[in-house]
Amino acid sequence: MRTADLIQFNLHLLLRQWFRTLMILLATAVGVAAVLLLTGLGEGARRFVLDEFSLLGQDTLILLPGRKETTGGLPPLTGEGTRDITLDDVDALSRLPGIEMVAPLIVGNAQVYVGGRNREIVTLGTSARFFELRQLSMQQGQALPDIPLQQAGAVCVIGPEVRRELFGTQRALGEWIRVGDRRFRVIGIVEDRGESLGMDVSNQVILPVASAQQIFNTQGMFRVLLKVRAGASIERSRERVIELMQQRHGGERDVTLITQDALLGAFTDILGLLTLSVAAIAAISLVVAGILIMNITLISVSQRTAEIGLLKALGASAALVRLLFISEALMLSAFGALIGIISGYALLWLGHSIWPQFPVTVPLWALSGSLIIALGVATLFAWLPASRAARLAPVQALKGEVHDA
Amino acid sequence: MIVLEQLCKTYHLGGESVHALDHLDLQIAAGDYLSVMGPSGSGKSTLLNMLGLLDTPDSGHYRLEQQEMSALGEEQRAQIRNHKIGFVFQAYHLIDRLNARENIELPLILTGVPPRERRTRVDELLERLGLSRHAAHHPHQLSGGQRQRVAIARAVIRRPALLLADEPTGNLDSHSGAEVIGLLEELNGEGITLLVVTHDPAMGKRARRQLWMQDGQLISDTRNRDSGDPDANR
Repeated sequence: MRTADLIQFNLHLLLRQWFRTLMILLATAVGVAAVLLLTGLGEGARRFVLDEFSLLGQDTLILLPGRKETTGGLPPLTGEGTRDITLDDVDALSRLPGIEMVAPLIVGNAQVYVGGRNREIVTLGTSARFFELRQLSMQQGQALPDIPLQQAGAVCVIGPEVRRELFGTQRALGEWIRVGDRRFRVIGIVEDRGESLGMDVSNQVILPVASAQQIFNTQGMFRVLLKVRAGASIERSRERVIELMQQRHGGERDVTLITQDALLGAFTDILGLLTLSVAAIAAISLVVAGILIMNITLISVSQRTAEIGLLKALGASAALVRLLFISEALMLSAFGALIGIISGYALLWLGHSIWPQFPVTVPLWALSGSLIIALGVATLFAWLPASRAARLAPVQALKGEVHDA
Repeated sequence: MIVLEQLCKTYHLGGESVHALDHLDLQIAAGDYLSVMGPSGSGKSTLLNMLGLLDTPDSGHYRLEQQEMSALGEEQRAQIRNHKIGFVFQAYHLIDRLNARENIELPLILTGVPPRERRTRVDELLERLGLSRHAAHHPHQLSGGQRQRVAIARAVIRRPALLLADEPTGNLDSHSGAEVIGLLEELNGEGITLLVVTHDPAMGKRARRQLWMQDGQLISDTRNRDSGDPDANR
């Protein structure tokens, strides 16, 4: 039988029983759409978290004071060290081979005054390196100047949100603001890039690290960000950093060094598992659709007993009769899957247009997987009734007497 | 053309064995016109199914055009049913959702004949059987006689060597029945071997050769004198 004739033959059947056809299409479409939607959301959540954390880049290490265990559970994000990491330590680190740049980081809340307004704003003390390391671009003006770490400077860079709150529509660049009890001139406004690593740069004031030390009256760094030179081994660099700090701190290993991988690993694992499990749940609905197809095919076989007998009398072999029923089920589920794919993507696109910062992408394995499951389940479940039809003895079938062969 | 030797078929119904065919011997010449009569359960339908390769014998031989049928597999039997044998049923067995043309071309579709060739062959046949007006009609739009003519068209679209008819007029009034019989006899006149199973003695008598069956055996085999065959009453 020619494929075109087979398709036309099946189409005749499906159109004649349009309600039945519609129901199966719906069941299959819902199953496929559910798989795409749930994996799309799961994968979106994973990417969202991944993007947030990978802003730092693969080759960035984070040094924090105090010895913390990083295996098992989330790495520590706060902690007081037994011994401070000083600016001298930072200088020493930046001279290490294999380290491209080092940015110190002090974080605190400070009262910021402009004219009559004042706000409590998160204030970062760091160096020019920080801007390169976090790939911050400037909306206006320039980044912090490249001055020695120990030198305080009366300049600052503010986030767009800070600018809006403190200056409104007025010009901010070149104006003076007071942070704590010191005055700083605004030399730059950073580009708004949304939140990253739980810190919203747009809501912060960035000062030279020595100035921040004076404001917060501290010597120790909150964090030190280190960028490994391209091509250098991250593992080796990591050892070197630990060794150096141990040497400088009188033989005591009182620092913790975390890598991007350690941070991401935990999240990726959890979210990957989540995506997989929701996909599995959605796949169950596809199996349900398959069982529906089996029932419908069984009914179809018993309703069309006489027709099967006739087709056999006219020269259809058992294999052809089986092919007729399986191809009918396959066409149904292929159409259903197509509708499901279209509506699944449409819903994801709708979600994306409502919430643009959330990346929605259907992983290829989910798309191909749902298609394979839909078609596979249809074939599998139609096989049994189709074989029953193929085995029917033509004589009995023609008389409409169905005996289980 | 057809040779049956010692053909046996036994059905088991509710623990009881029924000999539908009991060591049956039969030879049929090409182009012959036979009727098979007999009481219900005498084995006429079984004989028809055996000849039509719809059923397999328990033992014995069936040769169709010098080819042994008993040894063939299902796939080959389907091929022969398609190419050499046409069936006409009492209940027409047209497919409701297909129109007359689509029903007639079904045997061609099953074996993958290209649409253009199908079209010319079906058109030719529709013309011949006076069904051209009804080509696009569905079975429920046709009268009984018209339906049976469509069914006959479907049976002979392959130009089979053997046409098997099971009570072809059973569901028809006498006028339509006569028309259908006329058509079948006309086809026989063109060389198709025709075998009709019937309860109707009047119809049975029209055949050149009349078989009477009982309990799975042939109990009489007569030839009409007016058929001009000297070898009657064997």
